[in-house]
Amino acid sequence: MPKVTFIRPNGETTVVDGADGTSIMQTAVSAGITEVVAECGGTLACATCHVYVHDGPIDALPEASGDEEEMLDFTACPREPTSRLSCQLPLSPQTDGLVVRVPPEQY
Amino acid sequence: MSNRTVVVAGAGQAGSQAAASLRDEGFQGRIVLVGAERHAPYQRPPLSKGYLTGKVPPERLALRPPSFYDDINVELRLGTPVTSIDVDARSVGLGNGERLEYHDLVLALGARNRGLPIDGADLDGVLTLRSLADAEEVRRRLPAASSVVVIGGGFIGLEIAATAVGLGIATTVFEVAEQLMARVLSPGTASFLVEAHRRRGMRIDLGTSAATITGTHGQVRAVWTSDGRSVPADLVLVGIGAVPNTEVAAEAGLLVDNGIVTDPHLRTSDPHVWAIGDCASFPCAYADGRQMRLESVQNAVAQARAVAAALAGRAEYFRAVPWFWSDQADLKIQIAGLPTGRDTVIMYGEAEQERFSAFCFAGDRLLGVESVNRPADHLAARRLLELGIPLRPVDLTRPGFDLRALASGRSAAVAPAS
Repeated sequence: MPKVTFIRPNGETTVVDGADGTSIMQTAVSAGITEVVAECGGTLACATCHVYVHDGPIDALPEASGDEEEMLDFTACPREPTSRLSCQLPLSPQTDGLVVRVPPEQY
Repeated sequence: MSNRTVVVAGAGQAGSQAAASLRDEGFQGRIVLVGAERHAPYQRPPLSKGYLTGKVPPERLALRPPSFYDDINVELRLGTPVTSIDVDARSVGLGNGERLEYHDLVLALGARNRGLPIDGADLDGVLTLRSLADAEEVRRRLPAASSVVVIGGGFIGLEIAATAVGLGIATTVFEVAEQLMARVLSPGTASFLVEAHRRRGMRIDLGTSAATITGTHGQVRAVWTSDGRSVPADLVLVGIGAVPNTEVAAEAGLLVDNGIVTDPHLRTSDPHVWAIGDCASFPCAYADGRQMRLESVQNAVAQARAVAAALAGRAEYFRAVPWFWSDQADLKIQIAGLPTGRDTVIMYGEAEQERFSAFCFAGDRLLGVESVNRPADHLAARRLLELGIPLRPVDLTRPGFDLRALASGRSAAVAPAS
């Protein structure tokens, strides 16, 4: 099972065993990482599952779609080059070891 | 405030968020979350979409993991509704006979589907969809259906109809008005939606009401319209709106008028009782302060957060930008603001490509924006409304107008006079 490490706004790190095919957003919600709000439940409607992809096999993630790319202009915390919407990031054996940083605000 | 008790009545999206947000705000007292359904709080939006096709499995519906409520020390009372409120004694009675005393009570009682008062509405195969139990029933029956009639062309009806069409089932929608969602959508967006669904194989009959539902051996067979036509149906979904669950509040003497009436802090007519989500009628900052009831995830979550903040001593006027979304087939429909009362609508984008936004104005004031498959426009619109960044109809028609740049603060809509 692909592991994901979440660096939370308070600096704490949480390592979660994810499942192939589920998104990083779903993995965070199921693990009780409430700073990933995901108000729309993963339908690419709200931009409240913003994360910074920090380390690990970043190249194993799919490129952002045009919609995601544009939506990243409207995240609550500043956009950085590593910004992604975590509902668009599926886990796979290739993503094992990914580290993402969760911003302090999603609204 | 560690010896205070907050009872949250209703364990849907609003109630569960209120409990969680109280802890986020540092509230140390007792929190009891009371829910009529036996399930831990779950997401309703997928019930009329991905859940019906199996794309969203049941375990993914939970709003929070099972251990969450224990972890934050919230007591759950599930499968038992709040059946009475005594505002003088500050206590509630539950369906299981339990009585809970409170310092503050948050009513998140939700709404229930409006019943269809016609003959045959009680036949087997005539369903409605709101709860997980409802959705389980629809999911069980849908694959075997050969002809589905949806009564009511609102968001939920259209989502179910689009799902049925996607499964290859002959599907007809009856909408009593001459326009889909006439109270919500602008005429242009509504007609677009009718055509887009028809292209995908849905039959939509506007200006048509269901008069009678007929069946054999108790099982639904057809729906008859008021103009005397019949459409065969082995499954009928009724989606004609919702009514707020206010009875328990009214019996307690709280002010009720199409919802439990609140002030701008979401406080009811009793100072220790608050109301949030589908059941609350609040003065809406985006409707010139008129009392409104909004049925949406955004409203449930934002009001829950606002009440939690108020209970933590940080009361502010509630003024979150309302927004809504609906996924119908591959159409992502989003509304930012409340675009009723519009006198001008400017289309932005490509309707032929099924990607556009309709900007709705009253004079030069932006009221709201309807977007189809343009989620970034939607976010930009919310930002404009929230920050009060001016945008006029004429700005949108200027060559080179850049909505994202305006909303993200990189440019002004109106070039400064030189």
